[in-house]
Amino acid sequence: MLDAYRLRLQRRRLQLRARRKARELRLVSGRDAPAPAGGVTVFTVFRNEYLRLPHFLDYYRALGVRHFVMVDNASTDGGGDWAARQPDVTLYATGASYRAARCGMDWMNALLRRHGCGRWCLTVDPDELLVFPFCDSRPLPALADWLDASDLRSFAAMLLDLYPRNPEDVAAYRRGEDPLRILSWFDGGNYVLQRNPGHKNPWIQGGPRARAYFAAEPWCAPALNKVPLVRWSRRSVYVSATHMMLPRGLNQTYDRDGGETACGVLLHTKMLASFTAKAGEERARRQHFAGGREYGAYAAIGLAPLWGSWSERYAGWRQLEGLGLISRGHWA
Amino acid sequence: MSLGIVMLVHSALDRAEQVIRHWYAAGCPLVVHVDAAVPEADYRAFAGSLADLRDRLVFAPRFRCEWGSWELVAATQAAAALMLDRFEEADRVFLASGSCLPLRPVAELRAYLEAHPETNFIESATVRDVTWTRGGLGEERFTLRFPFSWKRQRRLFDAHVALQRRLGVRRRMPAGLVPHMGSQWWCLTRQTLQRILNDPDRAAIDRYFRQVWIPDESYFQTMARRWSDRIESRSLTASTFDFLGRPHILYDDHLPLLRRSGCFVARKAWPGAERLYEAFLQADSAPAEPLRLPDPGRIERVFARAAEQRLRGRAGLIMQGRLPAPHLNLPLTAAPYSVFEGVAEVFDGFAPWLARQLAEAGQGAAVHGHLFAPERAEFAGGATGYAGGLSDSATLRDYHAQMFLSNLIWNTRGQRQCFSFGPRDTQAIHWDLAKDPNAVISVISGAWMIPLHRAPMPFARRRAEAARLQRIEAEHLAALRSPWARARVRIWTLAEALEAPEERLQEAIEDTLGGPAPRRALPALADMEGLPDFLQALRNAGMHPQLTGELRAVPAPPARRAERA
Repeated sequence: MLDAYRLRLQRRRLQLRARRKARELRLVSGRDAPAPAGGVTVFTVFRNEYLRLPHFLDYYRALGVRHFVMVDNASTDGGGDWAARQPDVTLYATGASYRAARCGMDWMNALLRRHGCGRWCLTVDPDELLVFPFCDSRPLPALADWLDASDLRSFAAMLLDLYPRNPEDVAAYRRGEDPLRILSWFDGGNYVLQRNPGHKNPWIQGGPRARAYFAAEPWCAPALNKVPLVRWSRRSVYVSATHMMLPRGLNQTYDRDGGETACGVLLHTKMLASFTAKAGEERARRQHFAGGREYGAYAAIGLAPLWGSWSERYAGWRQLEGLGLISRGHWA
Repeated sequence: MSLGIVMLVHSALDRAEQVIRHWYAAGCPLVVHVDAAVPEADYRAFAGSLADLRDRLVFAPRFRCEWGSWELVAATQAAAALMLDRFEEADRVFLASGSCLPLRPVAELRAYLEAHPETNFIESATVRDVTWTRGGLGEERFTLRFPFSWKRQRRLFDAHVALQRRLGVRRRMPAGLVPHMGSQWWCLTRQTLQRILNDPDRAAIDRYFRQVWIPDESYFQTMARRWSDRIESRSLTASTFDFLGRPHILYDDHLPLLRRSGCFVARKAWPGAERLYEAFLQADSAPAEPLRLPDPGRIERVFARAAEQRLRGRAGLIMQGRLPAPHLNLPLTAAPYSVFEGVAEVFDGFAPWLARQLAEAGQGAAVHGHLFAPERAEFAGGATGYAGGLSDSATLRDYHAQMFLSNLIWNTRGQRQCFSFGPRDTQAIHWDLAKDPNAVISVISGAWMIPLHRAPMPFARRRAEAARLQRIEAEHLAALRSPWARARVRIWTLAEALEAPEERLQEAIEDTLGGPAPRRALPALADMEGLPDFLQALRNAGMHPQLTGELRAVPAPPARRAERA
């Protein structure tokens, strides 16, 4: 009871904070009001991601997304100008601190509230590509409609870190190309799942980053659990990146009785070109979670050879379901 | 013969229009009911765009049909009455929804109906005998009253049901009715429908059904039984429900499945399923195989598998959608595996020997060392990484030992995993091994004394280590012998094992193979010279070895045995 009250306070606090931080945003292109079309809206914060943006938008357009709401956090690589020219993007810009906005989540919470209430909203970074059951034949609106019909309000998708066969392969990536052609490998089954009793979300760690960079302190390895797709309501708020939400019922995307609920993955193309260069820069900025500690580990070790003979080559959602990384649940 | 279509439409009006045109083009008269919840402007636009079909299309009076409410029946009654009234030629009436998709040419459906004259296709099962409802209420649908909406007023609904159960309320059914239930979608003959609508007691019966829960699944089903004895109890509309009782939705990728099923109509298609609508709403062709029997079972099997996955899941898999609560004690692992405790200490070269044995028996297997050794996970072949990306790092493994084991067994499905375990290893996993029905555990207790007695350490330290390991192993053996243990366990003391090493090893192997194993030359016994003296020295130092058994003498080392021969 006390717990529920504490979480309610936390939720109110985060909402107020989002409202305050929203003042840092300046509309660049598009309308500062919800787009009339239904369907699924994508929400993204980016900084110097011109390399990934064109493919990112194309990927989600192909999945049936018709509207993007983006925040350009002081890009200097021309990505912001490019995004402003896209007809389906509502672009905001800010030069304010990413960290002070809790890794951009305050901006996201504010924009989700403004553009997303009553709709299905997908909050992803430019290096996250959503894969869900049947995504090769059913678009994202089909998933959203099914979730609606099943009275589900959120959909979980853990991060699946992709890596190249050789670290130097990433240099060959060119803007607009499919990053999966280079980052085609992943770890099939070395993930650690625990349940966070407070917010009730699954807490997932593991994968290549855990084994290569955090073998000495696995408890510090980055969280991989995410709830990116949510039917937004005035009450909803993201707590820590898209890892967990409030009200906490939105985190309960799993079954406790032995069954499997429908879930997907976010293919994580973080290790694309200039990963180590970016790691150095990000560490210097110290704008990320825990003072950029994660990036410190990356910069110190560099792009470790992550590939092993047991690495799995990505071959689509059916492969992921066979490996037990995702499930169709009862969506057949 | 003419087939009249009564269609209930509530959303996706553009798709409904497509289907209406399809039925119309095949010569069917139509009565269309558009839900009153559809905005007036949309309705007018919809009706306007269908104005060219006015000769055989009539719009029925509109009701607001909430899920499970009486209005659905009232709307159907009104539309059906209109059909009988306006289209004299319609001698069969088919009830469809706006999201029902005709899968076979309408001419084939008509031919099929002609081959079954006077037959009413309506699924209707007696409530008393068939428990097929999902989500609780069966017969109570008919004996209680349901004034509250299940969708909007769930708490009131539940409380009211509980109250009536407590008070023992039982409504009386109008005389002459036997409650039946079945799919909402039917195809009745003109005569049956006429009799149902003109029932002399209709006012009383309608009043009764007004308070029945989900009357659209029971009104016509019950009334058809009252007025006809030619009932084929199945629906011509393939429609399956998920485990919560919601209709499954059909998508583009179901196209081959729907084609093969041979069903006439299927529900319910996702409005965005472009390929489905394109494929099935082509110009109506001549009947190719009019008498082919519909086989909805094909569709049902696909959905049944999904329901199985949703409700039971894949055993031994822990993933983001499946986090079984610990108190359920579901198996941690996906497949049987073997744990050898102390066996590798007694027999030199046990691992390669076991690998050879299993390979000869045709069982794909991986024989690891001590997977939970304090230094690193000793994967087969000394690998530093293993299936699924598991690392040999002890810190990573010990961060969550249960997940490590669960992942290993899941990642290597189809290949038997064998590993050694002992009191030197990380013990976090030891209760999980004991409780896991997939574990086959063979223990030679006290065998860790063999490497210890030869360890190059001063006696005092060996004594302390022996005491520590003995304490740990005793605790583990207690777990294996506890009532909670579900593993298949064999325990011998070192003394028992050495009495008949061949027999013991054979038993352990047969447990792993699950059947008789060919006998082969034993691996060599480890060098145990001086072990009895060491044990006596421990006793003299006050540390009594309790787990080795009474070991007075040990077999001579192989070299000495050869000399004697």
